[in-house]
Amino acid sequence: MNCAEIRLLLHAHADGELDAANSLELERHLKTCAACAAENKSLQSLQAALRDGDLNFRAPDSLKKDLRQFVRDLGEVEKPRKEFNPQRLWKILAFGATAFALLMLFLRPAGISATDELLNEAVASHVRSLQAEHLTDVVSSDQHTVKPWFDGKIDFAPDVKDFAAQGFPLIGGRLDYLDSRAVAALVYRHNKHFINVFVWPAADAMKPEIQMRRGYAVINCATNGLHYCLVSDMNTTDLNELAGLCGQ
Amino acid sequence: MSANEAEQFERIVLPHLDAAYNLARWLAGNDHDAEDIAQEACVRAFRFIGGHRGGDARAWLLAIVRNTAFSWLKKNRPHAVVSIDDDELAQIEDQTVPAGAFHRADAGALRAALEALPLEFREAIVLRELEGLSYKEIAEVAEVPVGTVMSRIARARRQLQNHFSQKEGEK
Repeated sequence: MNCAEIRLLLHAHADGELDAANSLELERHLKTCAACAAENKSLQSLQAALRDGDLNFRAPDSLKKDLRQFVRDLGEVEKPRKEFNPQRLWKILAFGATAFALLMLFLRPAGISATDELLNEAVASHVRSLQAEHLTDVVSSDQHTVKPWFDGKIDFAPDVKDFAAQGFPLIGGRLDYLDSRAVAALVYRHNKHFINVFVWPAADAMKPEIQMRRGYAVINCATNGLHYCLVSDMNTTDLNELAGLCGQ
Repeated sequence: MSANEAEQFERIVLPHLDAAYNLARWLAGNDHDAEDIAQEACVRAFRFIGGHRGGDARAWLLAIVRNTAFSWLKKNRPHAVVSIDDDELAQIEDQTVPAGAFHRADAGALRAALEALPLEFREAIVLRELEGLSYKEIAEVAEVPVGTVMSRIARARRQLQNHFSQKEGEK
């Protein structure tokens, strides 16, 4: 290793991210190279200053209070109601309205169009579904297993079909939230790519709209009373093929 | 929404509120915006709570804070979000200036120097040094490869070192 390489690896070493073999070689180099050793010392003092510098901000009490109240209100709504209590009903309605208004405020910041926000949410959900290892709630390539799974979880029946013959095997399904509502997320695979197909009821038909968002291909369309939003890291041509199959 | 989800929220999200706020505060640069971002992120975390399957809850929440903060910044301060050149092979800038030692007394100046770093660099340093996340966790939070995380941390530290070397020179 030369000095330039050592200078970069010093950081990984200081962070405990360097493997044993490289650490050994690095430490040997530091014994013979005064310049790199000085650099290492400076790095360590910087780390110590950052860690001891009281640089962390603490959440203000108002935020803690608001969120605890948010949780309490949620618990309140769900408590079993043995008898009809008009006062409680009003409380729930008032909370529901406030929560709804808050959600709209959070989900629809002014200046961002509804579609724009929807596509961003869809991409975020896609990314998260892969990251959090929560791709599917029901794992099955059998459409007759996946479709009934959604019964009672959502207020509509998504059209679940396996397209293995066309190169898009069905992997499973998941419940997700998009556009401020529960939606069905159907997961397909194409070669090594995963595709999330979000489905929910649509009022009007809409022609497929193809877009790239943060490197992901997104297709948004509505047909036969259902809204489809497809997200994947594969190319738009293949994704469009699947969109065509879903909409049939 | 079920009581179970409320319980999960209390158990998974609330213990990491300080970490969530800390990241939001360092990215937003002021208390008011940080509080808005942290609150919005926690509500989003509640919506995604079913998606949390074990794993480190703090890193999971910080990823949501990060995304919320960047969306907020892109909308409200587009000039603050300039993508940096993430060439992993780029040499660390300006090797010629020898870096000096830091002292605890530098905390105020260190805070200012950290605030002056480009957004992605600041984020990497805050997650590494203040929150103690591993490179892999930072890579997941920032949605970049581990190599990029390493390069960002190295370049960020170099900028902090240079900031102080110049100060020394002015004395």
